[in-house]
Amino acid sequence: MSSGSRIRRGKTWRASADAKRVKRFDVYRYDPDTGANPRIDTYEVDLDGCGPMVLDALTKIKNEIDSTLTFRRSCREGVCGSCAMNIDGTNWLACTRSISETMTPVTVYPLNNLRVIKDLVPDLTHLYAQYASIEPWLQTTTPAPERERLQAPEDRDQLDGYYECILCFCCTSGCPSHWWNGDRFLGPAVLLQAWRWLADSRDEAKGKRLDDLEDSFRLYRCHTILNCTRTCPKGLNPGKAIAEIKKTIIQREA
Amino acid sequence: MTHDRPLSPNIQIYRPQLTSVLSVTHRLTGVALSFGSLLIVAWLIAGAAGPTAYHELLGFMRSWIGLFLLFVWTFSIFFHLCNGLRHLFWDAGLGFDLRTIYASGWSVIAASGILTVSLWMVGLLLTAGKS
Repeated sequence: MSSGSRIRRGKTWRASADAKRVKRFDVYRYDPDTGANPRIDTYEVDLDGCGPMVLDALTKIKNEIDSTLTFRRSCREGVCGSCAMNIDGTNWLACTRSISETMTPVTVYPLNNLRVIKDLVPDLTHLYAQYASIEPWLQTTTPAPERERLQAPEDRDQLDGYYECILCFCCTSGCPSHWWNGDRFLGPAVLLQAWRWLADSRDEAKGKRLDDLEDSFRLYRCHTILNCTRTCPKGLNPGKAIAEIKKTIIQREA
Repeated sequence: MTHDRPLSPNIQIYRPQLTSVLSVTHRLTGVALSFGSLLIVAWLIAGAAGPTAYHELLGFMRSWIGLFLLFVWTFSIFFHLCNGLRHLFWDAGLGFDLRTIYASGWSVIAASGILTVSLWMVGLLLTAGKS
């Protein structure tokens, strides 16, 4: 880790004296305008008058304590994936993690091993580029039918557990293999998406997709650590999806 | 500009969990076993070199440090074996349900512990009074 990434102790924002239900939040801060090292600021939040989720507490901090705190959020119901962050040491969506389930003090960091734009906002450019590299769209060689390409209900069922991924990257940023080899290893989120297209009965580019994946770094840096499956806030199973890809590659060679 | 940005912390703050802890233990026991294979070589060479060399080696293996290394290696081989079986199931696409991952993980810890202690109890009983 370079010296510019070393984290220092920051400021403490005390709760007012009459606050009754005070919870301490230790939050990672980085301000690109000063360029100073990241720091941990401590916010004492009065849980009376605060919503139940970690995202509610962050919003309360921004509204009432320190307006410079920066984070991504949108749907506040676990659908958009914007507020993915490291809470108490594991990755989750701030909007679906109840404050009552957190430790005291609760620690809040940005998603791991990414360049920080500001505070809890990491740069996802590389992860999106990795996603684009698997060409995540339906590819066909047969001429387009007059209406849509049909799919039997049983074939549609094969996509369950994979199409629900919201690309929050909780899994990829919690994957040790991706920490050490993320420049070339695609990581669990992107590989789960790769399997989503391989499992689609309408897709006609399976051979090419498997050729692209069969690589000691892009696919096989996965050592089945399974932090991905452990952390997925949507309850999906990237570890299983990757195993299915590996199995399919072996089976086509047999 | 991009590279002036700090890297968000990874292993320093990510909470150790059964998944990652067993994975790194698998790696470490594998490394331990590759060093342990040198012991087998030393044992064969000492045996071929004659009784003096052989007894010197046995003397070392019965010292505190020798026994400690043997204990680490027996645990390593049982852990690597049990967790290796777990990996074989995964390679076949089985046992990926999160509850199964945790159940098999704890089973590996229990099995390698029981196997290590059992082997040492048998070994100590068989060699009692002989050293």
